[in-house]
Amino acid sequence: MLDSSAGRAVGETPPVVSKSVSKRRQGVSDRAIAWLFVAPSIFLLLAVNIFPLIWTVRLSFTNFRVNRPNAEVQFVGLKNYISVLTDGDIWQTMQATAHFLIWTIVLQVLIGFALAYLINKKFRGNDLWTTIIVLPMMLSPAVVGNFWTFLYQPQIGLFNYAVGYLTGTDPSAFSMIGDVSLAPWAIVIVDTWMWTPFVMLICLAGLRSIPSSIYEAAECDRASKWRQFWTITIPMVLPFLMLAVLFRGIENFKMFDLVVQLTGGGPGSITELTSINLKREAFEKWRTGYASAYAVILFVTVFGLASIYVKALNKVKQR
Amino acid sequence: MPHSYLKSAFAAGVVTGLVSLGAATSAQAEDLTLCWAAWDPANALVALSKDFEAKSGHKISFEFVPWPNFADRMLNELNSGGKLCDLMIGDSQWIGGAAENGQYVKLNDFFDKEGIKMSDFIPATVTGYSEWPKGTPNYWALPAFGDVVGWSYRKDWFSRPELQAEFKQKYGHDLAVPKTFEELKHIAEFFQGRVIDGKTVYGAAIYTERGSEGITMGAMDVLYSYGFEYQNPEKPYELEGYVNSDKSVKGLEFYKELYNCCAPPGSSDAYMSENIDAYKSGQVALQMNFAFTWPGINADPNVGGDKSGYFPNPAGQDGKQFAQLGGQGISVVAISEKQDAALEYIKWFAQPDVQAKWWQLGGYSALRAVVEDPGFAKSQPYAQTFLDSMAIVKDFWAEPSYASLLQASQKRFHNYVIAGQGTAKEALDGLVADWKAIFEDEGKY
Amino acid sequence: MSSYSVTEPSVRQKWAAGTLVVVYALITILPLLWIIATSFKSPSDAIAYPPKTVFQPTLEGYVNLFTTRTRATEQDLKELGEPKTWYDRIVRKDGFIIAGPSRFLERFSNSMIIGFGSTVLCIVLGTAAAYAFSRFKVPLKDDLLFFILSTRMMPPIAVAIPIFLMFRSLGLNDTHAGMILLYTAVNLSLAVWLLKGFIDEIPIEYEEAALIDGYTRFQAFYKVVLPQAMTGIASTAIFCLIFAWNEYAFAVLLTSGTAQTAPPFIPTIIGVGGQDWPAVAAGATLFLVPVMIFTIVLRKHLLRGITFGAVRK
Repeated sequence: MLDSSAGRAVGETPPVVSKSVSKRRQGVSDRAIAWLFVAPSIFLLLAVNIFPLIWTVRLSFTNFRVNRPNAEVQFVGLKNYISVLTDGDIWQTMQATAHFLIWTIVLQVLIGFALAYLINKKFRGNDLWTTIIVLPMMLSPAVVGNFWTFLYQPQIGLFNYAVGYLTGTDPSAFSMIGDVSLAPWAIVIVDTWMWTPFVMLICLAGLRSIPSSIYEAAECDRASKWRQFWTITIPMVLPFLMLAVLFRGIENFKMFDLVVQLTGGGPGSITELTSINLKREAFEKWRTGYASAYAVILFVTVFGLASIYVKALNKVKQR
Repeated sequence: MPHSYLKSAFAAGVVTGLVSLGAATSAQAEDLTLCWAAWDPANALVALSKDFEAKSGHKISFEFVPWPNFADRMLNELNSGGKLCDLMIGDSQWIGGAAENGQYVKLNDFFDKEGIKMSDFIPATVTGYSEWPKGTPNYWALPAFGDVVGWSYRKDWFSRPELQAEFKQKYGHDLAVPKTFEELKHIAEFFQGRVIDGKTVYGAAIYTERGSEGITMGAMDVLYSYGFEYQNPEKPYELEGYVNSDKSVKGLEFYKELYNCCAPPGSSDAYMSENIDAYKSGQVALQMNFAFTWPGINADPNVGGDKSGYFPNPAGQDGKQFAQLGGQGISVVAISEKQDAALEYIKWFAQPDVQAKWWQLGGYSALRAVVEDPGFAKSQPYAQTFLDSMAIVKDFWAEPSYASLLQASQKRFHNYVIAGQGTAKEALDGLVADWKAIFEDEGKY
Repeated sequence: MSSYSVTEPSVRQKWAAGTLVVVYALITILPLLWIIATSFKSPSDAIAYPPKTVFQPTLEGYVNLFTTRTRATEQDLKELGEPKTWYDRIVRKDGFIIAGPSRFLERFSNSMIIGFGSTVLCIVLGTAAAYAFSRFKVPLKDDLLFFILSTRMMPPIAVAIPIFLMFRSLGLNDTHAGMILLYTAVNLSLAVWLLKGFIDEIPIEYEEAALIDGYTRFQAFYKVVLPQAMTGIASTAIFCLIFAWNEYAFAVLLTSGTAQTAPPFIPTIIGVGGQDWPAVAAGATLFLVPVMIFTIVLRKHLLRGITFGAVRK
């Protein structure tokens, strides 16, 4: 699923309040209705989003372990934070995550934009083909990821067979999931296959938002198509593109289901992304306090990076 | 689904005089859930349990999880206080945590009351599956399924005269069941990439799985036999020089060599089911796997019967010979509200005739009366290998922190053996450091 | 058509663009078609080298998906006599007998219950909140909304730690209610965000007219705003449903059996012995195809919702 977590930051419609209407009180007061309507949602969100967050912060200062109900829980100060930040393995997972993030974004932006550009040529049936391209992103990443391990199997896998057929190599000579140098690319390929359509759709919205009058004016000025592309199309689509990058960035920083099914973090720990590493700490080793500190650090990182990015995005929009 | 005919089949097939149980059924009929791994023996247990349902009036449902997810899911279930399972056939290494955290019911009183004696079971399985702390008479499970890592091999290929001749000439010893791991490697090398009946085949399918316990269960077989020790036998939790001894290093290096030279392509993440696939599809000459796979192989239309043979782990360089213990005991989950009915199941399951039928269906009974029966060793082609292997078992840590300990070895071994990072010495030194940190955390070091 | 674009592209350009897009689309759905094809293969056809595109279709994968099987001894087979049904015959061919149903149907219905349950709840709560946010002054509204949205930046694994503890003390682990509440909460921020946008677009004059006609605020919401917002509600509902349908991380950590949904279950389908790819493919097909059909049929709403959710003007 896509997730518009940070959409808020981009544009904000001011609240629409009609004074003339709110003065006319009939039945229950507007104020009461407002609260009645909002309260259940706020309550649920507080209970399931905010309260656990506070709890996580609290746990992060203790040595609590879920699998030791009888052990005494001690306050350990910043010890968990220090051990997370000094753990070399965690930096390795951060590197793996960075590789995954950067390459999925680069590929998805390039392919997604190209596709949107082509679809915007409005050939016949573009609507149906767009839908077909969108299909992968609608599906369950865990189920699809699991099946990709089959496609990646040496010899019998469709992917290996196709690559072998096209390049003339032996399809059993390489293992996308088992090889240290190929596995990081194996996960990039599947994520790109799945999520390029998302970038494409947003770019398409961007392309369609460009008023044709701008191009017409450029035609009058005899600007070349090439020049039009770089001076009109790209700048006008850029805010949309940046937004797509933000969404994909956040989603892939959180990435768990697809990769855990594909490689499980292997071989060794080559594709162990932060979420997979965190899951091992929290739900396999059951180091709850430590994992909580880890979670808080991740949250601060994403939140910080996203905020900086949104600032940059708003600058681009204002230009 | 029609399972009524199965019921009748077993009503006819199983003759179990359960008079006492019959009396106990006057108690309320319960709907019990038994949790175990999803594998061949589980299907056999489903069939076996029809008899319990008929005798006791309780209904029994099953929750089976495949091995790579089994520990994960079930420990999550236990730790979350879930009420899914009444009976748990949990892996041997969980016993420490489950006992110390009160997740399993202690069975001593129940055993005394029902006259179930632990001395009736294979000693290694009692220590491995039931006791915590180890070596003390505190029982948390009844040995349910004996299992151990061993090997199956293509007897039909081994017996081809032309291959025998070529092998003898090349390696100077016979193409036969290997006596040492060195010999095993020769055989694997010999078959690697060879074309047999028009098909390219490979040497040995071994454990390399990363996510749960696979590569540890595989590498340990070699490590044990090469001289690896978990700790100083005189001084518990002293690891330095035992875990990372020179002999251990040799063992781990050997495992990597074996992986590099002789594993079939794409086996960087292989555990039980992948190895079965490789073997049954005729891809490999040798297969490392738990004994549970042998009944299935024996019955297989492609590689079964005379085409396959079985042998226990060969010896290491000093002639030591060990095998990684598998298998599980059956426990009652402490949070279950149906403990009486669950205990009834264990009582039924412990009976010699039920255990005999269990073996017949492909379940490795741990009851001495079954395995020490004079006819046992000859009852199946793999029965003797099972007994031989069971005599040389060693198990991984069963500490409450076993999951962390296992994660560490999975990572160190996979990084070295599969991903090819660092040296064996570095991997084992790293393992010592990881394990030390875990024990320090526990206050045990 | 050319209202938002410049001069119409030439026919040649259209051809070139069309060809490229169609080629990409064909490559991209190949894995999905392969899943469906594999579900109708026999296990040996599924792992054949080279991969088989032409094969004898069989329902073995589906039979294996819905049943548990056990290896039959000679004696069993003798006593059972001839297989009675077509699925018995398929299983018996490999020397097995059906021991009982598998858990797939339960997992599938869990997915339905939790998916639809959380969607309904999310829409009810979300529409009300969105209406209030759109039409009334709510103190701290912007900060509140932003903060709630930002919690979605947390990796689900991180969120799952405290949720796990909370559910454990409330006895909500592995229950439908727990998963419905959780998915509702996860979707709610996005739902409110989307729905507020849709409601903002409904002219306020309609309600004012209704209020003048003597409707109460409540009636105005119910009889005027809701019908107008129906399309928006529908696209939001599709989103909530698809999220809940596809979700894996929470499901794998917080359910173990009773309330487990299909995504954590399907990858764990294994045959007797090795991995049973046709059965996995059959499970995946049954699970994915409804979403595919859904996507194609409702593409107008869906595509609008995606871009709308992401790109608010």
